[in-house]
Amino acid sequence: MAERVGIVAVAQTKYQPNRDEVNAGELVWETIEPVMKEAGVRFTNDDGDGDIESIVTCSQDFWDGMTISSMGVMSFTGGHHATEDKIAEDSLNALFAAYAQILSGHFDMVLVSTHTKESMGDRSIIESAAFDPVMMRPLGLDFFIAAALQARRYMDKYGVTAEQFAKVAVKNRGNGMKNPVAQEPMNITVEDVLKSKMLVDPIHQLDTKPISDGSIAMILAREEKAKKLTNKPIWITGVSNCYETHYLGDRDLAECDALVTAARRAYKMAGITLPAKEIDIAEIADEYSYQELLWMEGLGLCGRGEAGRLIDAGVTQIGGKLPVNTSGGMLSGNPNVVAGMARVAESVLQLRGEAGERQVPGASVALAHGTTGACGAHQCVMTLSNK
Amino acid sequence: MTERTVEILEDSDRFVFPWQLAIPNTYPAGVVGSKFLIELRDNKKIKGIKCPECNQVYVPPRSTCKYCFGELSELVDVSDKGTLVTYAVSYEPTPVQPVEGTPVIYGIVKLDGADTGFVHMLGEVDPKQLEIGMRVKAVFKTKKKRVASILDIKYFKPLKI
Ligand SMILES: [Zn+2]
Repeated sequence: MAERVGIVAVAQTKYQPNRDEVNAGELVWETIEPVMKEAGVRFTNDDGDGDIESIVTCSQDFWDGMTISSMGVMSFTGGHHATEDKIAEDSLNALFAAYAQILSGHFDMVLVSTHTKESMGDRSIIESAAFDPVMMRPLGLDFFIAAALQARRYMDKYGVTAEQFAKVAVKNRGNGMKNPVAQEPMNITVEDVLKSKMLVDPIHQLDTKPISDGSIAMILAREEKAKKLTNKPIWITGVSNCYETHYLGDRDLAECDALVTAARRAYKMAGITLPAKEIDIAEIADEYSYQELLWMEGLGLCGRGEAGRLIDAGVTQIGGKLPVNTSGGMLSGNPNVVAGMARVAESVLQLRGEAGERQVPGASVALAHGTTGACGAHQCVMTLSNK
Repeated sequence: MTERTVEILEDSDRFVFPWQLAIPNTYPAGVVGSKFLIELRDNKKIKGIKCPECNQVYVPPRSTCKYCFGELSELVDVSDKGTLVTYAVSYEPTPVQPVEGTPVIYGIVKLDGADTGFVHMLGEVDPKQLEIGMRVKAVFKTKKKRVASILDIKYFKPLKI
Protein backbone atom coordinates (compact mmCIF):
# COMPACT_ATOMS: atom_id res chain seq x y z
CA MET A 1 0.00 0.00 0.00
CA ALA A 2 1.56 3.27 -1.12
CA GLU A 3 -0.02 5.68 1.32
CA ARG A 4 0.25 5.21 5.05
CA VAL A 5 -1.88 6.26 8.00
CA GLY A 6 -0.27 7.10 11.32
CA ILE A 7 -1.52 7.41 14.88
CA VAL A 8 -0.23 10.78 16.03
CA ALA A 9 -1.80 11.22 19.46
CA VAL A 10 -3.22 8.91 22.12
CA ALA A 11 -4.88 9.44 25.50
CA GLN A 12 -6.66 7.04 27.82
CA THR A 13 -8.30 7.60 31.18
CA LYS A 14 -7.27 5.68 34.21
CA TYR A 15 -9.70 2.77 34.26
CA GLN A 16 -11.90 2.88 37.32
CA PRO A 17 -14.84 0.91 38.63
CA ASN A 18 -17.45 3.60 39.12
CA ARG A 19 -17.04 7.09 37.69
CA ASP A 20 -20.30 8.44 39.09
CA GLU A 21 -18.86 11.96 39.24
CA VAL A 22 -18.79 12.38 35.44
CA ASN A 23 -21.34 11.77 32.71
CA ALA A 24 -20.39 9.99 29.49
CA GLY A 25 -19.58 13.24 27.68
CA GLU A 26 -17.34 14.47 30.46
CA LEU A 27 -15.58 11.11 30.50
CA VAL A 28 -14.98 11.41 26.76
CA TRP A 29 -13.62 14.96 27.08
CA GLU A 30 -10.99 13.71 29.55
CA THR A 31 -9.22 12.05 26.63
CA ILE A 32 -10.23 14.27 23.70
CA GLU A 33 -8.76 17.41 25.25
CA PRO A 34 -5.27 15.89 25.73
CA VAL A 35 -5.04 14.43 22.19
CA MET A 36 -6.10 17.75 20.65
CA LYS A 37 -3.37 19.46 22.68
CA GLU A 38 -0.79 16.78 21.89
CA ALA A 39 -1.40 17.09 18.16
CA GLY A 40 -2.01 20.84 18.27
CA VAL A 41 -5.26 20.60 16.32
CA ARG A 42 -8.68 22.17 16.78
CA PHE A 43 -12.37 21.96 15.95
CA THR A 44 -13.73 24.65 13.65
CA ASN A 45 -16.09 24.68 10.72
CA ASP A 46 -13.46 26.30 8.49
CA ASP A 47 -11.90 23.04 7.22
CA GLY A 48 -8.47 24.59 7.64
CA ASP A 49 -5.14 22.80 7.83
CA GLY A 50 -5.21 22.22 11.60
CA ASP A 51 -8.86 21.18 11.76
CA ILE A 52 -10.27 17.81 12.67
CA GLU A 53 -12.30 16.93 9.58
CA SER A 54 -13.97 13.79 10.77
CA ILE A 55 -14.74 12.11 14.05
CA VAL A 56 -15.43 8.41 14.48
CA THR A 57 -17.03 7.56 17.81
CA CYS A 58 -17.48 4.15 19.32
CA SER A 59 -19.93 3.31 22.08
CA GLN A 60 -22.63 0.77 22.73
CA ASP A 61 -26.19 2.04 23.11
CA PHE A 62 -27.26 -0.51 25.73
CA TRP A 63 -24.30 0.31 27.98
CA ASP A 64 -25.09 4.00 27.61
CA GLY A 65 -28.82 3.35 28.12
CA MET A 66 -29.45 5.61 25.16
CA THR A 67 -30.39 5.16 21.52
CA ILE A 68 -27.70 6.57 19.19
CA SER A 69 -25.30 6.95 22.11
CA SER A 70 -22.93 9.13 20.07
CA MET A 71 -25.53 11.90 20.37
CA GLY A 72 -25.16 11.89 24.13
CA VAL A 73 -21.49 12.80 23.89
CA MET A 74 -21.67 14.89 20.71
CA SER A 75 -20.97 18.29 22.24
CA PHE A 76 -17.70 16.86 23.60
CA THR A 77 -16.56 14.92 20.54
CA GLY A 78 -16.79 17.86 18.15
CA GLY A 79 -19.34 16.16 15.94
CA HIS A 80 -20.97 19.56 15.44
CA HIS A 81 -17.81 20.73 13.68
CA ALA A 82 -16.95 17.68 11.60
CA THR A 83 -18.23 14.64 9.78
CA GLU A 84 -19.38 12.14 12.41
CA ASP A 85 -19.80 8.37 12.23
CA LYS A 86 -20.45 5.89 15.00
CA ILE A 87 -19.22 2.32 15.27
CA ALA A 88 -21.07 0.00 17.64
CA GLU A 89 -18.65 -2.92 17.89
CA ASP A 90 -15.32 -3.06 19.68
CA SER A 91 -13.45 0.21 19.21
CA LEU A 92 -10.65 -1.41 17.19
CA ASN A 93 -13.22 -1.31 14.38
CA ALA A 94 -13.53 2.46 14.87
CA LEU A 95 -9.82 2.79 14.14
CA PHE A 96 -10.34 0.58 11.09
CA ALA A 97 -13.10 2.93 9.89
CA ALA A 98 -10.99 6.06 10.50
CA TYR A 99 -8.06 4.45 8.69
CA ALA A 100 -10.30 3.67 5.70
CA GLN A 101 -11.68 7.23 5.71
CA ILE A 102 -8.17 8.60 5.34
CA LEU A 103 -7.14 6.08 2.68
CA SER A 104 -10.31 6.88 0.75
CA GLY A 105 -8.92 10.36 0.21
CA HIS A 106 -11.82 12.11 1.92
CA PHE A 107 -9.91 13.24 5.00
CA ASP A 108 -6.36 13.95 6.10
CA MET A 109 -7.00 13.79 9.82
CA VAL A 110 -9.60 11.93 11.88
CA LEU A 111 -10.33 11.89 15.60
CA VAL A 112 -11.45 8.59 17.11
CA SER A 113 -13.17 8.53 20.50
CA THR A 114 -14.51 5.59 22.47
CA HIS A 115 -16.12 5.30 25.87
CA THR A 116 -18.05 2.90 28.05
CA LYS A 117 -19.28 3.34 31.58
CA GLU A 118 -20.04 -0.23 32.51
CA SER A 119 -21.11 0.99 35.93
CA MET A 120 -24.20 2.53 34.30
CA GLY A 121 -25.73 -0.78 33.21
CA ASP A 122 -26.23 -4.44 33.99
CA ARG A 123 -23.79 -6.64 32.10
CA SER A 124 -25.92 -9.76 32.04
CA ILE A 125 -29.08 -8.02 30.77
CA ILE A 126 -27.17 -6.09 28.10
CA GLU A 127 -25.31 -9.16 26.84
CA SER A 128 -28.42 -11.32 26.91
CA ALA A 129 -30.10 -8.88 24.53
CA ALA A 130 -27.42 -9.66 21.92
CA PHE A 131 -28.70 -13.22 21.45
CA ASP A 132 -31.24 -14.46 18.92
CA PRO A 133 -34.51 -13.68 20.73
CA VAL A 134 -36.31 -16.88 19.71
CA MET A 135 -33.77 -19.69 19.98
CA MET A 136 -31.14 -18.47 22.46
CA ARG A 137 -32.20 -15.42 24.49
CA PRO A 138 -35.03 -17.18 26.39
CA LEU A 139 -32.41 -19.55 27.83
CA GLY A 140 -30.84 -16.69 29.79
CA LEU A 141 -27.49 -16.83 28.03
CA ASP A 142 -25.07 -13.98 28.50
CA PHE A 143 -21.47 -13.63 27.25
CA PHE A 144 -20.08 -14.93 30.55
CA ILE A 145 -22.03 -18.17 30.34
CA ALA A 146 -21.15 -18.45 26.65
CA ALA A 147 -17.48 -17.91 27.55
CA ALA A 148 -17.66 -20.75 30.05
CA LEU A 149 -19.09 -23.05 27.36
CA GLN A 150 -16.17 -22.06 25.13
CA ALA A 151 -13.54 -22.44 27.85
CA ARG A 152 -14.79 -25.95 28.70
CA ARG A 153 -14.79 -27.01 25.06
CA TYR A 154 -11.26 -25.58 24.58
CA MET A 155 -10.01 -27.48 27.65
CA ASP A 156 -11.58 -30.69 26.45
CA LYS A 157 -10.38 -30.51 22.86
CA TYR A 158 -6.82 -29.34 23.42
CA GLY A 159 -6.06 -30.39 26.99
CA VAL A 160 -5.54 -26.82 28.19
CA THR A 161 -5.93 -26.59 31.98
CA ALA A 162 -7.48 -24.32 34.61
CA GLU A 163 -3.93 -23.74 35.92
CA GLN A 164 -2.84 -22.44 32.52
CA PHE A 165 -5.84 -20.08 32.41
CA ALA A 166 -4.94 -18.93 35.93
CA LYS A 167 -1.36 -18.21 34.80
CA VAL A 168 -2.76 -15.72 32.28
CA ALA A 169 -4.67 -13.95 35.06
CA VAL A 170 -1.55 -13.87 37.25
CA LYS A 171 0.67 -12.54 34.43
CA ASN A 172 -1.71 -9.85 33.24
CA ARG A 173 -2.73 -8.54 36.65
CA GLY A 174 0.97 -8.53 37.50
CA ASN A 175 1.77 -6.51 34.36
CA GLY A 176 -0.96 -4.14 35.43
CA MET A 177 1.16 -3.30 38.48
CA LYS A 178 3.49 -1.50 36.08
CA ASN A 179 0.73 0.38 34.25
CA PRO A 180 -0.45 3.59 35.92
CA VAL A 181 -3.86 3.46 34.16
CA ALA A 182 -4.66 -0.14 35.17
CA GLN A 183 -7.73 -0.45 37.36
CA GLU A 184 -7.12 -3.60 39.33
CA PRO A 185 -3.47 -4.63 39.22
CA MET A 186 -2.60 -7.46 41.59
CA ASN A 187 0.29 -9.53 42.76
CA ILE A 188 -1.39 -12.92 42.91
CA THR A 189 -0.58 -16.58 42.51
CA VAL A 190 -2.13 -19.35 40.46
CA GLU A 191 -3.53 -20.70 43.70
CA ASP A 192 -5.25 -17.37 44.44
CA VAL A 193 -6.99 -17.56 41.08
CA LEU A 194 -8.05 -21.19 41.51
CA LYS A 195 -9.30 -20.51 45.03
CA SER A 196 -11.26 -17.41 44.02
CA LYS A 197 -15.00 -17.84 43.76
CA MET A 198 -16.20 -20.14 40.99
CA LEU A 199 -18.66 -17.93 39.11
CA VAL A 200 -19.47 -19.90 35.97
CA ASP A 201 -17.55 -23.16 35.98
CA PRO A 202 -14.79 -23.33 34.67
CA ILE A 203 -14.31 -19.55 35.12
CA HIS A 204 -13.31 -18.15 38.53
CA GLN A 205 -13.71 -14.59 39.77
CA LEU A 206 -10.03 -13.81 39.08
CA ASP A 207 -10.29 -15.30 35.57
CA THR A 208 -12.56 -12.35 34.69
CA LYS A 209 -12.21 -8.62 34.44
CA PRO A 210 -13.75 -6.13 36.85
CA ILE A 211 -16.57 -3.74 35.89
CA SER A 212 -14.83 -0.71 34.46
CA ASP A 213 -15.40 2.84 33.21
CA GLY A 214 -13.10 4.66 30.83
CA SER A 215 -12.51 6.47 27.56
CA ILE A 216 -9.78 6.68 24.91
CA ALA A 217 -9.12 9.16 22.13
CA MET A 218 -6.68 8.98 19.23
CA ILE A 219 -5.87 11.14 16.24
CA LEU A 220 -5.03 9.49 12.94
CA ALA A 221 -3.51 11.30 9.98
CA ARG A 222 -2.30 10.73 6.46
CA GLU A 223 1.46 10.08 6.30
CA GLU A 224 2.61 13.52 5.26
CA LYS A 225 0.44 15.20 7.85
CA ALA A 226 1.28 12.67 10.55
CA LYS A 227 4.99 13.46 10.18
CA LYS A 228 4.24 17.16 10.64
CA LEU A 229 2.17 16.58 13.77
CA THR A 230 4.54 14.27 15.64
CA ASN A 231 8.07 12.93 15.43
CA LYS A 232 6.85 9.55 16.68
CA PRO A 233 4.00 8.48 14.39
CA ILE A 234 2.93 4.86 14.76
CA TRP A 235 1.80 3.36 11.47
CA ILE A 236 -1.17 1.08 10.96
CA THR A 237 0.30 -1.57 8.67
CA GLY A 238 -2.55 -4.08 8.47
CA VAL A 239 -6.14 -4.44 9.65
CA SER A 240 -9.09 -6.73 9.06
CA ASN A 241 -12.13 -8.17 10.78
CA CYS A 242 -14.50 -11.11 10.40
CA TYR A 243 -17.65 -12.58 11.97
CA GLU A 244 -18.53 -16.03 13.27
CA THR A 245 -21.99 -17.45 12.61
CA HIS A 246 -24.38 -16.43 15.37
CA TYR A 247 -25.95 -19.63 16.69
CA LEU A 248 -23.47 -20.99 19.23
CA GLY A 249 -24.29 -24.60 18.34
CA ASP A 250 -23.16 -24.03 14.76
CA ARG A 251 -19.61 -23.42 15.91
CA ASP A 252 -16.89 -25.60 17.30
CA LEU A 253 -16.20 -23.22 20.17
CA ALA A 254 -12.61 -24.51 20.53
CA GLU A 255 -11.92 -23.02 17.10
CA CYS A 256 -11.92 -19.38 16.11
CA ASP A 257 -12.31 -19.32 12.34
CA ALA A 258 -13.25 -15.63 12.14
CA LEU A 259 -10.07 -14.69 13.98
CA VAL A 260 -7.96 -16.88 11.72
CA THR A 261 -9.47 -15.14 8.69
CA ALA A 262 -9.13 -11.61 10.12
CA ALA A 263 -5.50 -12.28 11.12
CA ARG A 264 -4.59 -13.77 7.75
CA ARG A 265 -5.92 -10.70 5.94
CA ALA A 266 -4.25 -8.24 8.31
CA TYR A 267 -0.89 -10.03 8.07
CA LYS A 268 -1.14 -10.10 4.29
CA MET A 269 -1.64 -6.32 4.22
CA ALA A 270 1.30 -5.85 6.57
CA GLY A 271 3.53 -8.30 4.69
CA ILE A 272 3.87 -10.44 7.81
CA THR A 273 4.52 -14.09 7.00
CA LEU A 274 5.81 -15.41 10.34
CA PRO A 275 3.70 -13.60 12.95
CA ALA A 276 5.31 -15.22 16.00
CA LYS A 277 8.75 -14.09 14.82
CA GLU A 278 7.92 -10.75 13.28
CA ILE A 279 5.64 -9.41 16.03
CA ASP A 280 7.43 -7.99 19.08
CA ILE A 281 4.47 -7.45 21.38
CA ALA A 282 0.82 -8.51 21.24
CA GLU A 283 -2.15 -6.97 23.01
CA ILE A 284 -4.98 -9.50 22.96
CA ALA A 285 -8.54 -9.16 24.30
CA ASP A 286 -8.59 -11.14 27.55
CA GLU A 287 -11.97 -10.49 29.10
CA TYR A 288 -11.67 -14.07 30.36
CA SER A 289 -8.25 -15.58 31.00
CA TYR A 290 -8.72 -18.55 28.64
CA GLN A 291 -9.30 -16.13 25.76
CA GLU A 292 -5.72 -14.89 25.67
CA LEU A 293 -4.59 -18.46 24.95
CA LEU A 294 -7.32 -19.32 22.48
CA TRP A 295 -6.97 -16.05 20.58
CA MET A 296 -3.15 -16.47 20.44
CA GLU A 297 -3.80 -19.68 18.54
CA GLY A 298 -6.36 -18.02 16.26
CA LEU A 299 -3.89 -15.22 15.62
CA GLY A 300 -1.34 -17.78 14.45
CA LEU A 301 1.15 -16.87 17.19
CA CYS A 302 1.45 -20.59 17.90
CA GLY A 303 -0.12 -23.85 16.73
CA ARG A 304 -3.53 -25.12 17.84
CA GLY A 305 -3.47 -26.24 21.45
CA GLU A 306 0.03 -24.85 22.00
CA ALA A 307 -0.73 -21.60 23.83
CA GLY A 308 -0.95 -23.39 27.18
CA ARG A 309 2.63 -24.55 26.79
CA LEU A 310 3.76 -21.01 25.93
CA ILE A 311 2.26 -19.57 29.12
CA ASP A 312 3.91 -22.41 31.08
CA ALA A 313 7.27 -21.56 29.50
CA GLY A 314 6.95 -17.84 30.26
CA VAL A 315 7.18 -16.92 26.57
CA THR A 316 4.41 -14.31 26.90
CA GLN A 317 5.77 -12.56 30.01
CA ILE A 318 7.53 -9.22 29.84
CA GLY A 319 11.07 -10.42 29.15
CA GLY A 320 9.82 -13.45 27.22
CA LYS A 321 10.13 -13.92 23.48
CA LEU A 322 6.64 -12.64 22.75
CA PRO A 323 5.23 -10.48 25.54
CA VAL A 324 1.42 -10.51 25.53
CA ASN A 325 -0.68 -7.88 27.30
CA THR A 326 2.13 -5.85 28.83
CA SER A 327 -0.62 -3.34 29.68
CA GLY A 328 -2.22 -5.74 32.12
CA GLY A 329 -4.93 -6.50 29.59
CA MET A 330 -8.67 -6.38 30.12
CA LEU A 331 -8.15 -8.55 33.19
CA SER A 332 -6.56 -5.54 34.91
CA GLY A 333 -9.67 -3.57 34.03
CA ASN A 334 -10.81 -2.15 30.68
CA PRO A 335 -14.42 -1.54 29.74
CA ASN A 336 -16.00 -3.49 26.90
CA VAL A 337 -15.98 -1.59 23.58
CA VAL A 338 -13.07 0.58 24.80
CA ALA A 339 -10.95 -2.56 25.14
CA GLY A 340 -9.76 -2.76 21.52
CA MET A 341 -8.41 0.78 21.49
CA ALA A 342 -6.82 0.11 24.88
CA ARG A 343 -4.85 -2.62 23.11
CA VAL A 344 -3.73 -0.08 20.51
CA ALA A 345 -2.95 2.55 23.16
CA GLU A 346 -0.52 0.14 24.80
CA SER A 347 0.93 -0.81 21.40
CA VAL A 348 1.57 2.85 20.61
CA LEU A 349 3.25 3.44 23.97
CA GLN A 350 5.45 0.37 23.49
CA LEU A 351 6.39 1.29 19.92
CA ARG A 352 7.20 4.86 20.96
CA GLY A 353 9.35 3.52 23.80
CA GLU A 354 7.11 5.25 26.33
CA ALA A 355 5.83 2.23 28.27
CA GLY A 356 7.87 2.98 31.37
CA GLU A 357 8.63 0.07 33.69
CA ARG A 358 6.93 -2.40 31.37
CA GLN A 359 8.76 -1.28 28.21
CA VAL A 360 9.83 -4.09 25.91
CA PRO A 361 13.23 -2.92 24.61
CA GLY A 362 13.34 -2.33 20.89
CA ALA A 363 9.67 -3.20 20.26
CA SER A 364 8.89 -2.13 16.72
CA VAL A 365 6.01 -4.31 15.50
CA ALA A 366 2.83 -4.72 17.56
CA LEU A 367 -0.37 -6.66 17.19
CA ALA A 368 -3.66 -5.40 18.63
CA HIS A 369 -6.79 -7.52 18.85
CA GLY A 370 -10.36 -6.68 19.73
CA THR A 371 -13.50 -8.75 19.87
CA THR A 372 -17.23 -8.18 20.20
CA GLY A 373 -20.02 -10.51 21.26
CA ALA A 374 -20.31 -14.04 22.61
CA CYS A 375 -17.26 -16.32 22.32
CA GLY A 376 -15.37 -13.97 20.02
CA ALA A 377 -18.31 -13.53 17.65
CA HIS A 378 -16.67 -10.63 15.84
CA GLN A 379 -12.91 -10.45 15.62
CA CYS A 380 -10.72 -7.51 14.60
CA VAL A 381 -6.95 -7.59 14.14
CA MET A 382 -4.55 -4.70 13.59
CA THR A 383 -0.80 -4.60 13.13
CA LEU A 384 1.27 -1.51 13.91
CA SER A 385 4.84 -0.45 13.33
CA ASN A 386 7.11 2.44 14.31
CA LYS A 387 9.08 2.14 11.07
CA MET B 1 -20.48 -7.08 39.87
CA THR B 2 -19.73 -3.64 41.22
CA GLU B 3 -21.78 -2.89 44.32
CA ARG B 4 -23.85 0.23 43.71
CA THR B 5 -24.55 1.83 47.05
CA VAL B 6 -26.83 4.73 47.77
CA GLU B 7 -24.30 6.05 50.30
CA ILE B 8 -21.91 7.32 47.67
CA LEU B 9 -24.64 9.55 46.43
CA GLU B 10 -25.92 10.68 49.80
CA ASP B 11 -22.44 11.54 51.00
CA SER B 12 -21.68 13.74 48.02
CA ASP B 13 -23.30 16.39 45.90
CA ARG B 14 -23.41 14.10 42.86
CA PHE B 15 -26.53 12.53 41.56
CA VAL B 16 -27.19 9.51 39.40
CA PHE B 17 -30.66 8.85 38.06
CA PRO B 18 -31.91 5.27 37.89
CA TRP B 19 -34.00 4.61 34.80
CA GLN B 20 -35.38 1.38 33.46
CA LEU B 21 -36.14 1.48 29.76
CA ALA B 22 -39.00 -0.86 28.88
CA ILE B 23 -38.95 -1.50 25.15
CA PRO B 24 -41.74 -3.73 23.84
CA ASN B 25 -40.74 -5.73 20.76
CA THR B 26 -42.08 -8.64 18.77
CA TYR B 27 -39.66 -10.97 17.04
CA PRO B 28 -40.85 -13.12 14.14
CA ALA B 29 -39.61 -16.71 14.45
CA GLY B 30 -39.74 -17.08 10.65
CA VAL B 31 -41.46 -19.80 8.66
CA VAL B 32 -39.18 -22.74 9.49
CA GLY B 33 -38.51 -21.43 12.99
CA SER B 34 -42.25 -21.35 13.63
CA LYS B 35 -42.66 -24.92 12.35
CA PHE B 36 -39.89 -26.01 14.72
CA LEU B 37 -41.65 -24.37 17.68
CA ILE B 38 -45.02 -25.86 16.74
CA GLU B 39 -43.47 -29.34 16.63
CA LEU B 40 -42.01 -28.82 20.10
CA ARG B 41 -45.38 -27.72 21.41
CA ASP B 42 -47.68 -30.22 19.70
CA ASN B 43 -45.58 -33.34 19.24
CA LYS B 44 -42.53 -33.07 21.52
CA LYS B 45 -40.47 -33.46 18.37
CA ILE B 46 -37.23 -31.67 17.52
CA LYS B 47 -37.02 -30.72 13.88
CA GLY B 48 -33.92 -29.94 11.90
CA ILE B 49 -33.58 -28.69 8.36
CA LYS B 50 -31.50 -30.29 5.68
CA CYS B 51 -29.35 -28.72 2.99
CA PRO B 52 -29.35 -31.42 0.28
CA GLU B 53 -26.54 -29.56 -1.50
CA CYS B 54 -24.16 -29.65 1.48
CA ASN B 55 -25.66 -32.67 3.22
CA GLN B 56 -25.98 -30.74 6.48
CA VAL B 57 -28.78 -30.94 9.03
CA TYR B 58 -29.20 -27.73 11.02
CA VAL B 59 -30.94 -27.53 14.39
CA PRO B 60 -32.82 -25.31 15.06
CA PRO B 61 -33.93 -24.97 11.44
CA ARG B 62 -33.11 -21.82 9.52
CA SER B 63 -34.11 -20.88 6.00
CA THR B 64 -30.62 -20.41 4.53
CA CYS B 65 -27.60 -22.72 4.44
CA LYS B 66 -24.52 -21.08 5.93
CA TYR B 67 -22.26 -22.79 3.39
CA CYS B 68 -24.04 -22.53 0.02
CA PHE B 69 -26.61 -19.88 0.98
CA GLY B 70 -29.26 -22.03 -0.70
CA GLU B 71 -32.86 -21.69 0.47
CA LEU B 72 -33.76 -24.55 2.80
CA SER B 73 -37.18 -26.15 3.17
CA GLU B 74 -36.64 -29.85 3.91
CA LEU B 75 -37.57 -30.27 7.57
CA VAL B 76 -36.35 -33.56 9.06
CA ASP B 77 -36.79 -35.27 12.42
CA VAL B 78 -33.76 -35.35 14.65
CA SER B 79 -33.53 -37.37 17.83
CA ASP B 80 -34.38 -36.05 21.28
CA LYS B 81 -31.19 -37.78 22.41
CA GLY B 82 -27.68 -36.63 21.85
CA THR B 83 -24.12 -36.20 23.05
CA LEU B 84 -22.90 -33.39 25.29
CA VAL B 85 -20.34 -31.24 23.44
CA THR B 86 -19.64 -28.74 26.23
CA TYR B 87 -21.24 -27.37 29.38
CA ALA B 88 -21.09 -24.48 31.84
CA VAL B 89 -22.29 -24.32 35.42
CA SER B 90 -23.51 -20.88 36.46
CA TYR B 91 -23.34 -20.41 40.23
CA GLU B 92 -24.13 -16.70 40.21
CA PRO B 93 -27.79 -15.81 39.79
CA THR B 94 -28.45 -13.50 36.82
CA PRO B 95 -31.45 -11.27 36.15
CA VAL B 96 -32.08 -13.07 32.86
CA GLN B 97 -32.02 -16.73 33.89
CA PRO B 98 -35.31 -18.47 33.06
CA VAL B 99 -35.37 -20.76 36.07
CA GLU B 100 -35.28 -20.23 39.82
CA GLY B 101 -32.14 -20.78 41.85
CA THR B 102 -28.58 -21.79 41.07
CA PRO B 103 -26.65 -23.48 39.73
CA VAL B 104 -28.08 -23.16 36.25
CA ILE B 105 -26.35 -25.60 33.95
CA TYR B 106 -25.99 -24.87 30.25
CA GLY B 107 -24.91 -27.28 27.58
CA ILE B 108 -24.49 -27.73 23.85
CA VAL B 109 -25.84 -31.07 22.69
CA LYS B 110 -25.16 -32.72 19.35
CA LEU B 111 -28.51 -34.40 18.74
CA ASP B 112 -28.47 -37.71 16.88
CA GLY B 113 -29.18 -36.94 13.24
CA ALA B 114 -28.01 -33.32 13.42
CA ASP B 115 -24.77 -31.79 12.22
CA THR B 116 -24.90 -28.77 14.53
CA GLY B 117 -25.01 -28.43 18.29
CA PHE B 118 -28.19 -27.51 20.15
CA VAL B 119 -27.89 -24.93 22.93
CA HIS B 120 -29.98 -25.53 26.02
CA MET B 121 -29.94 -26.24 29.75
CA LEU B 122 -29.15 -29.44 31.61
CA GLY B 123 -31.08 -30.81 34.58
CA GLU B 124 -31.48 -33.79 36.90
CA VAL B 125 -27.70 -33.99 37.13
CA ASP B 126 -25.09 -33.22 39.77
CA PRO B 127 -22.57 -30.77 38.26
CA LYS B 128 -19.79 -33.10 39.44
CA GLN B 129 -21.16 -35.85 37.23
CA LEU B 130 -21.10 -33.78 34.07
CA GLU B 131 -18.81 -35.09 31.43
CA ILE B 132 -18.25 -34.09 27.83
CA GLY B 133 -19.40 -36.94 25.62
CA MET B 134 -22.13 -38.05 28.01
CA ARG B 135 -25.44 -39.08 26.49
CA VAL B 136 -28.42 -36.86 27.28
CA LYS B 137 -32.12 -36.76 26.46
CA ALA B 138 -34.60 -33.89 26.16
CA VAL B 139 -37.16 -33.47 28.93
CA PHE B 140 -40.26 -31.66 27.75
CA LYS B 141 -42.64 -29.60 29.82
CA THR B 142 -46.15 -30.98 30.26
CA LYS B 143 -48.57 -30.37 27.39
CA LYS B 144 -50.37 -27.64 29.32
CA LYS B 145 -47.17 -25.68 29.82
CA ARG B 146 -45.89 -25.94 26.26
CA VAL B 147 -46.43 -22.67 24.40
CA ALA B 148 -44.27 -23.03 21.25
CA SER B 149 -41.09 -21.76 22.87
CA ILE B 150 -37.52 -23.04 23.05
CA LEU B 151 -38.36 -23.43 26.74
CA ASP B 152 -40.99 -26.08 25.89
CA ILE B 153 -37.94 -28.27 26.38
CA LYS B 154 -37.29 -28.04 30.11
CA TYR B 155 -33.71 -29.23 29.87
CA PHE B 156 -31.63 -32.23 28.85
CA LYS B 157 -30.96 -34.95 31.42
CA PRO B 158 -28.42 -37.76 31.46
CA LEU B 159 -29.56 -40.83 29.62
CA LYS B 160 -29.30 -43.84 31.89
CA ILE B 161 -28.05 -46.80 29.93
ZN1 LIG C 1 -25.81 -25.78 1.67
